[in-house]
Amino acid sequence: MDFLMDFVKILVATGRDVLPIILLIGGFQLLVLRQPIPHLGRVLLGGVYVVIGLALFLAGLEKALFPLGKIMAAQLSDPVFIYGTPDPPALADWTAYGWVYLFGAMIGFATTIAEPSLIAVAYKASEVSMGTISQWGLRITVAIGVSVGISLGTFRIVTGTPLYMYILVGYVMVILLTLVSPKNIIALAYDSGGVTTSTVTVPLVAALGLGLASTVPGRNPALDGFGLIAFASLFPIISVLGYAQLAVWMTHRKTRTAEKTYAV
Amino acid sequence: MTVFHKSDNALTKKKPDFRMQKVHQILSHSDADYSGWLPDRKNDNNCITDNGHQHDTMKILPIIFQKIKTALMDLLPIIVVIAFFQLVVIRQPLPQLGEVIFGALLVVAGLVLFVQGLEMGLFPIGEAMAYALARKGSLFWLLVFAFALGFSTTIAEPALIAVAAEAADIAGKGGLIHPDQKSLTTYALGLRISVAVSVGLAILVGVIRILKGWPIHYLIIGGYVVVMLMTIIAPEEIIGIAYDAGGVTTSTITVPLVAALGVGLASSIQGRSPLLDGFGLIAFASLLPMIFVMGYGLLIFN
Repeated sequence: MDFLMDFVKILVATGRDVLPIILLIGGFQLLVLRQPIPHLGRVLLGGVYVVIGLALFLAGLEKALFPLGKIMAAQLSDPVFIYGTPDPPALADWTAYGWVYLFGAMIGFATTIAEPSLIAVAYKASEVSMGTISQWGLRITVAIGVSVGISLGTFRIVTGTPLYMYILVGYVMVILLTLVSPKNIIALAYDSGGVTTSTVTVPLVAALGLGLASTVPGRNPALDGFGLIAFASLFPIISVLGYAQLAVWMTHRKTRTAEKTYAV
Repeated sequence: MTVFHKSDNALTKKKPDFRMQKVHQILSHSDADYSGWLPDRKNDNNCITDNGHQHDTMKILPIIFQKIKTALMDLLPIIVVIAFFQLVVIRQPLPQLGEVIFGALLVVAGLVLFVQGLEMGLFPIGEAMAYALARKGSLFWLLVFAFALGFSTTIAEPALIAVAAEAADIAGKGGLIHPDQKSLTTYALGLRISVAVSVGLAILVGVIRILKGWPIHYLIIGGYVVVMLMTIIAPEEIIGIAYDAGGVTTSTITVPLVAALGVGLASSIQGRSPLLDGFGLIAFASLLPMIFVMGYGLLIFN
């Protein structure tokens, strides 16, 4: 019964999210475009599927994975687990947080694979590129980027180094890679930064960040708790551009070797 | 020997081909709906949909299983990570194992429905709107639609409401704004409006980019430079929130719609490539809020 109430609540909330979109599209159809929507029944059914699917998805996450993930984030950043005593030393020892970095990396990877926005963009990218960009290839590359980003972000919280330094270095890397990357991957790479952080990743990662910032000695949750999401949106751009670079390089090498063997 | 081999080949080749076609018909409704928007192929299109309904359950069941399998694959990494840390590192029994499994099943069912709904509803309607607006040929209404799409989906975004409230709390505690309830609410609302306006503008600029065919990297790199310059002068308390604001604005329902809009526009305009020009709208929507939130911080705190 409790669960049913929760589910209805989430369903209503998801419906409220969709309401502005329905109003906008309906208004434009009726007032500006004045054309009937083809297969209206199908499209509406699809819309209902999306709302119910998303509500089920969120209800399941809130039932099972979020509490578990949050408990684990708290347990891993607990001084008892890290230093073996409830009183942490006055200065944080960044080498003691190995499991936290690993957890950040793994949970970043895992949640990105399950992220519905990324599934949608990968689907579209594969359709538009006629399958040249594979859905799983893109999703795994993005997930690797997020896992590096979150891991580095937790390192930043533990060491207390300023956020903008990392972001600046990241931006420089993005710009340098952009200059040498094949043109048709650039827009997709930039987009993959924005889609990684949504329904699944944000709650878990925010819990990890705030948990760390409030238990690591010398950190202020208000100042240091934020920023993990920024890492998770920046590094996938680098990983996708980097992967494209690698793919180009591999093809070059292959053709060169082929040419060599041909010449011999 | 060769003859036998040939005929064998032909047989095995033909069968999966035929089946693939059927599967393709059922799966790729977006392709079918696509052609419905090109004026003269409406009749064709109806045929395809009618065929789609004739498939009996025997052929649909494997497809449903396939979709469930895909959703399970999507969830597998999370299960592995949590199991590994629980069993190897933290070494405590899983609390409420039954609930966890029940929740995981809900997640799988939700993903299956969501992806099905994407193919049937969100992608076709996004592309249909793009085609209809492009055919109407009115730049004004296209830009109004772009702005309204970005603004209206962001202003009510729950993640943004949560982040804005938290940011107001921090600013109040830090003594940057008056810590009474009224000024906190005003501050949070101002933050939300500036993010929503920036997302609306971002989609609008992105649409103009698609129309004009500007290369995306100049705009994005220019945006990065502005972000860096503003970081130097913006108050420290707003920087972390500003950087995060870029990530939280694009919700799960907005992303497919915006992606379909971009790809639909790019493929309806001569000389634009859907891959090169169609993507990039989301990138603008995650960059511009950073600039606007820092600008808002400068405006309020100075």
